[in-house]
Amino acid sequence: MKRRITRSVLHLLLAGAAVFYLMPIYVLLTTSFKSFQEVNLATMWALPSGIHLDNFVVAFEKLSPNLSNSLSLTVAATVLSAILGSLNGYVLSKWKFRGADLLFTALLFGMFIPYQSILIPLVRFMQTIGLYGKLWGLVLTHVIYGIPMTTLIFRNYYATIPNEMVEAAHIDGADLLGIYRYVMLPLAIPSFVVVMIWQFTSIWNEFLFAVTLTSPRYWPVTVALQNLAGSQIVEWNVQMAGAFLAALPTLLVYIFLGRFFLRGLMAGALKG
Amino acid sequence: MHITRDRLLAMLLISPSVLAIGIFVYGFIGWTARASVSAWQGLLPDYTFVGLDNFVNLFRNPRFQIDMRNTGIFTALFLVACLVIGLLLAVLLDRRPRGEGLFRNIYLFPMAISFIVTGVVWRWLLNPATSVERLSGFNLLFHQAGLDFLISKWYTHPRLGIAAIVIPATWQMSGFTMALYLAGLRSIPEPLREAARVDGAGEWLTYRYIVMPLLKPVTLSAVIILGHTSLKIFDLVMAITQEGGQGFSADVPAMNMWYTTFRALRFGQGAAIAIIILVTVAILIVPYLIHTFRTEVEQ
Repeated sequence: MKRRITRSVLHLLLAGAAVFYLMPIYVLLTTSFKSFQEVNLATMWALPSGIHLDNFVVAFEKLSPNLSNSLSLTVAATVLSAILGSLNGYVLSKWKFRGADLLFTALLFGMFIPYQSILIPLVRFMQTIGLYGKLWGLVLTHVIYGIPMTTLIFRNYYATIPNEMVEAAHIDGADLLGIYRYVMLPLAIPSFVVVMIWQFTSIWNEFLFAVTLTSPRYWPVTVALQNLAGSQIVEWNVQMAGAFLAALPTLLVYIFLGRFFLRGLMAGALKG
Repeated sequence: MHITRDRLLAMLLISPSVLAIGIFVYGFIGWTARASVSAWQGLLPDYTFVGLDNFVNLFRNPRFQIDMRNTGIFTALFLVACLVIGLLLAVLLDRRPRGEGLFRNIYLFPMAISFIVTGVVWRWLLNPATSVERLSGFNLLFHQAGLDFLISKWYTHPRLGIAAIVIPATWQMSGFTMALYLAGLRSIPEPLREAARVDGAGEWLTYRYIVMPLLKPVTLSAVIILGHTSLKIFDLVMAITQEGGQGFSADVPAMNMWYTTFRALRFGQGAAIAIIILVTVAILIVPYLIHTFRTEVEQ
């Protein structure tokens, strides 16, 4: 009997917490699906009368160029930084030279710096090379500042592959690139998934670099959404629908590949 | 011969990344530091040396004083809230209730969404309008429930505005602490807890004397990650308040830095704020990195 009560209390607490975590999503969804006629601040918490797509149509019209900017940006930067990270991680775990660990720690520092501390030079740099305001400038930025995290995940993964495998391949005549290509790469697929999901999520969601480095034409969706939300002209229900559209890609990734997302999260925290 | 060629190739492979980080992290920090002691205002750089003037001005500036105070309050409340809620949820989930996976996913999903997106929703939930006909969000909910005394000005509250931002920040990040603690709890060998129980320690004592001490490293990791997130928080405040609330009630250094630099074009002053943020983060991070490096070398 006592056990039953404890179990009920346990479930009650967990469900209560779940309500808190889902509440903003409730407001986001119910508002988004309301028709223009039923949007009213006073009935903010009420359910919509049905599924109406009015808000989504307007929000999508406004945000579609930005969603496509975000997609190009995110895919390009994710792929490039995964490749870089995998090579760095390989060298820093299997081809250690004197000072390799110190170098790795020095790289890691780049993961923790507040980006405010490099923002002014970054803008000047992008202006000088002619990428200021463009999407490629933002891609380059994300690739570079993604190096520490991607290197970390790959290095820690490769470190778990026994050195004997590397040596065996060596004796069989494989050189550095051969070992990478035929031994490490096939084993590293799960790490690629983790890294790419991590990068996809952080780059899609990023705001500071995007708002500072891009001109309106190349705004990713976060910047456009913030602009939409700040304007007095666009109704709050459209803002909510826009927010839902902007959240959808990473939300889908989380729902379907959450396991890998969590691993990336842990990699950054437990073994920093 | 073969070995040396490979060694050389290895160095060559990582040199672009090393060079990039060298320039874009360390070089740029140096550049910002140089700008922070310069007279640079307006679009064209002006590196005339002005000593520590920018820093002195900042510490005299009422807005920056509010920012420092707000960061302190925010960081303290945010850390405590995330650690307590995260630990509590982890302990509950550790008892393997039915639907454990679902609950875990619900608590953690805000981590996958942008602060800008969640900020749009929280802006309306924390809508500071207090006149009855314009109520929305929580205030409306309180009014409808007859709890009018709870109606708040949220982020526009002159002294506690920043505390309102702790709510969405905790909503977003506490699932992360939950995941960390849960992983920590699951890594404690069951026989250890069993032994404590056999010795007559109740559930509470087992947690207090066996489990909690073993979770210390997890708490340390969480404090590092949450602490550095909180010291540089920008997106969420921007999304909810646009310009820092009323009379900078919810302003933070990162917001101040952005507006000072890219709106007011006072680059020298902005760089000084950036350096101060960097120093506060470094105080937290550098000892941690040194510690990690030492254990790395020992292995």
